[in-house]
Amino acid sequence: MTNHWVDIKNADLILIMGGNAAEAHPCGFKWVTEAMQHRKAKLVVVDPRYTRSAAVADYYAPLRVGTDIAFLAGVINHMLSNNKIHAEYVKAYTNATFLVNPDFKFDNGFFSGYSEEKRTYDKSTWAYQRGKDDFVLVDETMQDPQCVFQLMKKHYSRYTPELVSKITGTPKEQFLKVAEYIAGTHTPDKVMTICYALGWTQHTVGSQNIRAMAMIQLLLGNMGRAGGGVNALRGHANVQGITDMCAYSEVLPGYLGAPGDGDVDRETYLKARTPKPLRPNQMNFPQNFSKWHTSLMKAWYGAAATKENDFAYDWLPKRDTAYDSLAIFDRMFQGKVNGFICQGFNPIAAIPNKKKLGTAFAKLKYLVVIDPLRTETAEFWKNYGAFNDVDPSKIQTEVFRLPSSCFAEETGTFTNSSRVIAWKQRAVEPPGEAKVDSEITARLFLKLRAMYKAEPGAFADAIQNLTWTYANANMPAPEELLREINGRAIEDVLAPVDPKAPPVPKGTPPTVLVKAGEQLPGFAMLRDDGSTACGNWIYAGCFSQAGNLTARRDLADPSGLGNYPGWGFSWPANRRVLYNRAGADPAGKPWDASRRGIAWNGKAWAGVDVPDIAPALGPESGAGPFIMTPEGVARLFAVGLMNEGPFPEHYEPFETPVGTNLMCPTNPKAVSNPAARVFKGDLEQFGKAAEFPYAATTYRLTEHHHFWTKNSISNSSVQPAQFIEIGTELAKEKGIHNGDMVKVKSMRGEIKATCVVTKRIKGLDVNGKKVHHVGIPIHWGFIGVAQNGYLSNTLTPYVGDANSQTPEFKAFLVNIEKA
Amino acid sequence: MTMQTSMDVTRRSATTTPSSSIRETPKVAKLIDESKCIGCKACQVACQEWNDLKEDIGMNVGVYDNPADLTASSWTLMRFAEVENETRLDWLIRKDGCMHCADPGCLKACPSPGAIVQYANGIVDFKQENCIGCGYCVTGCPFDIPRISKKDSKAYKCTLCSDRVSVGLEPACVKTCPTGAIVFGGKDEMVAYGEKRAGELKERGYQKAALYNPAGVGGTHVMYVLRHGDKPQEYSGLPADPKVSPMVSLWKGIAKPLGVAAMGLTALFAFLHYVRVGPNDAEVDNDKH
Amino acid sequence: MDMNRRQFFKACTAGIGGSSLGILGFSSQEALAQTRNFKLARTTETRSTCPYCSVSCGVIMYTLGDTAKNNKPKIIHIEGDPDNPVNRGTLCPKGAGLVDMIQSPNRLKHPEVREPGSNEWKRISWDEALTRIAKHMKADRDKNFIAKNDKGVTVNRWNTTAMLISSAASNESGYLAVKTARALGMVAFDTQARI
Repeated sequence: MTNHWVDIKNADLILIMGGNAAEAHPCGFKWVTEAMQHRKAKLVVVDPRYTRSAAVADYYAPLRVGTDIAFLAGVINHMLSNNKIHAEYVKAYTNATFLVNPDFKFDNGFFSGYSEEKRTYDKSTWAYQRGKDDFVLVDETMQDPQCVFQLMKKHYSRYTPELVSKITGTPKEQFLKVAEYIAGTHTPDKVMTICYALGWTQHTVGSQNIRAMAMIQLLLGNMGRAGGGVNALRGHANVQGITDMCAYSEVLPGYLGAPGDGDVDRETYLKARTPKPLRPNQMNFPQNFSKWHTSLMKAWYGAAATKENDFAYDWLPKRDTAYDSLAIFDRMFQGKVNGFICQGFNPIAAIPNKKKLGTAFAKLKYLVVIDPLRTETAEFWKNYGAFNDVDPSKIQTEVFRLPSSCFAEETGTFTNSSRVIAWKQRAVEPPGEAKVDSEITARLFLKLRAMYKAEPGAFADAIQNLTWTYANANMPAPEELLREINGRAIEDVLAPVDPKAPPVPKGTPPTVLVKAGEQLPGFAMLRDDGSTACGNWIYAGCFSQAGNLTARRDLADPSGLGNYPGWGFSWPANRRVLYNRAGADPAGKPWDASRRGIAWNGKAWAGVDVPDIAPALGPESGAGPFIMTPEGVARLFAVGLMNEGPFPEHYEPFETPVGTNLMCPTNPKAVSNPAARVFKGDLEQFGKAAEFPYAATTYRLTEHHHFWTKNSISNSSVQPAQFIEIGTELAKEKGIHNGDMVKVKSMRGEIKATCVVTKRIKGLDVNGKKVHHVGIPIHWGFIGVAQNGYLSNTLTPYVGDANSQTPEFKAFLVNIEKA
Repeated sequence: MTMQTSMDVTRRSATTTPSSSIRETPKVAKLIDESKCIGCKACQVACQEWNDLKEDIGMNVGVYDNPADLTASSWTLMRFAEVENETRLDWLIRKDGCMHCADPGCLKACPSPGAIVQYANGIVDFKQENCIGCGYCVTGCPFDIPRISKKDSKAYKCTLCSDRVSVGLEPACVKTCPTGAIVFGGKDEMVAYGEKRAGELKERGYQKAALYNPAGVGGTHVMYVLRHGDKPQEYSGLPADPKVSPMVSLWKGIAKPLGVAAMGLTALFAFLHYVRVGPNDAEVDNDKH
Repeated sequence: MDMNRRQFFKACTAGIGGSSLGILGFSSQEALAQTRNFKLARTTETRSTCPYCSVSCGVIMYTLGDTAKNNKPKIIHIEGDPDNPVNRGTLCPKGAGLVDMIQSPNRLKHPEVREPGSNEWKRISWDEALTRIAKHMKADRDKNFIAKNDKGVTVNRWNTTAMLISSAASNESGYLAVKTARALGMVAFDTQARI
C-alpha cells in the first residue's frame, strides 16, 4: 500500500476493483465502513461477481474477467475527454510534459520493437528525447504531439464507452456511472482510494492492470495524499515483509537487483543500477545504490568482504535465466531439478496445473517440506482417490517432512500491508518436536557448513565466510537478526565533507555521525566504503540505538488521520504515506487543508508524517516528489520497465471466451499479451471457447484463508465443503439446480463439487455474445478437517504475467455440466 | 455489574413467586447494523470459540448459510438472501440469533422452574441444569431461535455472553465484528444510535431504513438497523410483527392457576384434554403480566 | 388466539417427545441464576499478530497455566488486541478461529520421511532428518554447481535444488533463509509472495 489501512477512512470515494476487501481483508474493510459512515464516502465495487463487498456498496458494476484494462482505459479516456483531471498536479508531478522519441509507435496491438519469434520487445524506442545536457526535453504547454500527455490522449481515445462495453460486457450506462464516480475526485478537495488485490495481479496483464489504475490516480492527483494512493491489499500476514526481504531470485533484500550473467564484475553491476538524474535538481535517490549494496555484503560477509575482493561480489550467485515459481516448476517438470526445499508453502495447491506439478515432484530425488501442518504437497505421492489418483510405488522421490512452529510459537516481526513492521511475542512452545523456521534453517545450514569443512566440495568460500555471530549458533535470536537487518556502524561513520562549507582548521576532528559498533539510525548513514553493515536498507532505523522500534505501542495520533507514528515502525524511515510531498502543491501548500500531510514551512518540510523528500529541499529547488525515479516525477509513460508496453493496453486472457481482441481485431498475434512467456508444451494446454465456452475465475471466501483453515474446525464448520458458483441463466440453460453436483472441466483436468446457483453472477453481453462466468472458490483439498475436495488448480492454466510471472488464476476457460 | 445473586434475576420460568426488583440495573442491548454487515461469519466463529462449542462439519447445500440452520452449537448464524427488483440486486445478509425479547416467549412457555431466566439487564438466559428438553421454548419463540441438543436433549441459544457482560465486556460477536456492524451498550443508547443510523441511511438513499425493535415482544435487547426497514421479511424471514406465540398463552393460562408443584403431570393431562376438547376452552392470556 | 389443530399437535408432540416432562425439571434446589465463570480470569496475555492476511491484526493470546516448571501453558483463547490501530480488537472469521489452527489435529509434531516408493510416513529424529537432507544437498551441489559460465565469467550458482521461502514466516526467519540460500549459491528460489 502506498498509504495504509487506517488511512482509508480519509477517502471520499473507495473503489474496490481487482479485489474483494470485505471478504479477503474484513478487518481492513472496517476503514471503508468508517469512511462511509463518518465521511459520507461512497463505495463503488467493480467485479465479475456481486461479492460481499458489493453487498454493502453504493454502486456495483459487473465486468468480464480479464478486461480490467479496457475498463480503466475507458475511464482514462472519459477523464481526458471531459477534462476531469487535476491539471496542475499532472503537469508538475508526472512525466506528462516529457517528450518521447519520435520512433515510438503503437500499431494494431503492437508497440514498436516487437519480435514475434522471441515474444519480447526491443524497448529502445520507448524512450525520452534528450537535450544536449542529457536531460529530458519537455513541453510545458503539453501540446507537442510527442509529449507524453498527447501520446496518452491519443492512445486512450480509442477506448470509447461503446467499445469498452463491448469488450468488458459492462452495460454502457453502468460503465459511465463508475467513470463519473472516479472522475469526480479530480478536484483538490476530493480524494479516491483504490483497494485491489489478487483480482488484478493474477492475470497475464496483471502489472499493467495496476499501472492503469496508478495512471488514473496520478491524473486525479490522488497519489501522496491522505485518503488516496494505490493500495495493494496483500495476502499473508508477512507477505510484505518477505517481499521486502526479497526471497526472490531476481532481487536482494531491499529490492536491490540481483546480479545476472551480464554483470560480470562489481563495477558493471553497480553502474547498471545507479541511474543519472533525468531532470535538473532531482533527488534521484537510487544514486545511493552502491551504499545499500555494499552494506548488505558487509552484513553477510563481514570482515571477509573487503575492498580488495570487491566486497565479495563474486560470492553472490549470478542468474542466467528466470527462476520465478512457474519457471522453477517447469524446470522441475523437465527433470532439471533434483532437490526441492519447500518452506511454509503448498505449491501443489497454490500453483496452476496440479497435474503438471505432481508430475514435476515425482521427478525429484528429494523433497523437503517444512510446515506446521500436513499439506497436499508433502503427500503428493499418496493416493487420495479421485482427488489425487497416483500410485506411490511408482514415485521414487524421497520426501522429508519437518514440523515447524506457527505464529503463536515464535517471536519476531511481521510487516503488514501498510508497511508497518510490528514485533510479536511467542505465547507457547511449538508442539511435540516442532521447531521455529529460523532454527531449522540454521541447523541445516550449519550441518552443511560442517560437511564442507570435513569434506571439501564445490566452491565453499561463501558458505564458510557467511557471518554467523549469533549467541546460540543453532538458534539465532529474532532480536539478533533484526539488529542485523537494521544495520550498524563497523567503523565510525563520518559526516560527508560539504564542498561549499568554509574550510575547517587543520587538525579539527571530523564529525562522527554514528560511533563504531552502534546501531544505525537510518539509511542515510549507509556508506559504500565498508564502514557500515545493513541486511536490508529499507528497514534501517527499525532497531536503532533507541532500541527495537518495531515493538512500540504508542497510540498517539496527533493529526487524527490515523497515522499512529509511534506504533511499530513503518518502512521507509517510519514514513506512513509514500510520496507525501505530492500531497502538497508545487509551492509546498497542502492541496487539501482538511487532510494535511506535510507542508513547506519556509525552512523545511514538516507535518504529520516523515517527509518523502530531503527535509531542507524546498519548492524553489524544483525537486519532484517521486524521489525514486531519476525524473523526480511519476511515469504516465513507462520508459523501459514494463515488458509489454509503456501504456497499458487491453489484451485478452490466454484463454478467451471471445477469441479476438476488439482493440485490434485484425491482428491475431495480439489477442493475448504478446510479451507473456509461454513454456514449451503449455501452449497446447490452452483451451478454446468452442470446447470450453465459459469464463472461469478462482477466488477466496471470507470464511477461509488459502489452504490453511481447512485444518481448523471452526472455520471448516462455517464453510465446510467445496462448491462452484454459476448464475441462474446458465443454470437454466444447463439444467442445473441449486445443490446439484456438477463437473467442471478445463483443458488441464476436471473437478466435481456442489453447485451454488446465484443471482449474483450475470451473463454479460460481450460484443453481441452472451458470456457466462463460472466461479471457483479455492479452499479445499485432500487434507484437512473440512470435507475433502479437489484442488482448484487442477483447472488453471500455466502462464503468468509478463512482468511478475504471477499466474493467470483469474481468467480461463471451462465447461460445466451436471455430474 | 455482577450477576451472582437472585437480585439480578427479574424473571424465572414457571415461577410464580415475584422476583426481586429493587436493584436499578441498566438495560443492555446489542445493535446489528445490517448496512455494515459483510456476512463474514466472524461472529459465528467468535461465538463458537468463546462458548467452547464445536459445530459439526456439514455439507454445502447450495447456499452460503453454514450450518444450514441454527443448532445447539451454533447460537448465531448468518442468513443470506438474494433479493432482486427492476433496479437493483440486493444480497441481504442477516445475523440471526436470540433477540433477547423484553417479553420473552420462550420464558413464558417454559414449564420448568428456573430453566429460563431474564436478568435485570435484559439478557434472557437458559439454565441447562433446569432444562427438561420439552421444546416449548422453541414453540414459544416468535423468532424460532432455541435448538434442542441431540447430545443431551437440552435447549440452547445465545446467552448474549452473559459471562462477558457480567465482567463489563461486550459479547464475543460484538468484539470481533470487523466492520463495526455489531455494537453493544445501554438499551436507550443503542436505540438512539440505531435511529441515528437509520437517519444516515435515509440520507444515503435508503428511504425506508429503520430500527427494528419490535413492540409485539416488548422490544428486544438485540436490535437491527435495516436498509429496507419496511420489508424485514426479505431478510430471510425476519418477522414483520413478531408476537409471543399462541401456544405460550395457552400454557400460561393453565399454568398459573394450577401452581408449580403438580405442573408436570397436570400439564400433560391438560394438553391431552385440550386435544380432546379443542381450543375453545382455553383462555386467551396474551396481556402483560 | 389463532392456533390451529395441527400447530397444537406439533407443539404437544415436541413437548412429550422431548423428555420426560412429568419428572424432570422440578429440582427442589433453587439454583441461583449464575452466569458462567469468566474463563479468562486466571490467564496470561501475550500479544502477537494474526498470521493470515496482510491486515496483520493484533491479537491477544490467552494462556492457561502459570509458568511453573511442572505445568505447560496452553493457549485457550485468542481475541483481537484493542490497542492495535488497524483492527482495534476485531477479528475476522479466520482470526476468530485461530485457536483451532494452532491446535489443529493436522499439526505436525515430529520429523518424518517417506522413503522412495513407500506408501507411508516413518518417524525419524531431527538429527537423522537434517543429516540425510544435508547429504542430499551437498551431493547435488557438488555435482551440479556452476563456478564459471561458458564465457568464463564467475557465476557461482547452484540451480538444481530449488527452494520456496514462506511468506508466513517472520522477517527474521525470511532474512536468514535468503542469507543462507544466497551463500549456498542458490538461484532457483522464490516465495509465495509472487503468487
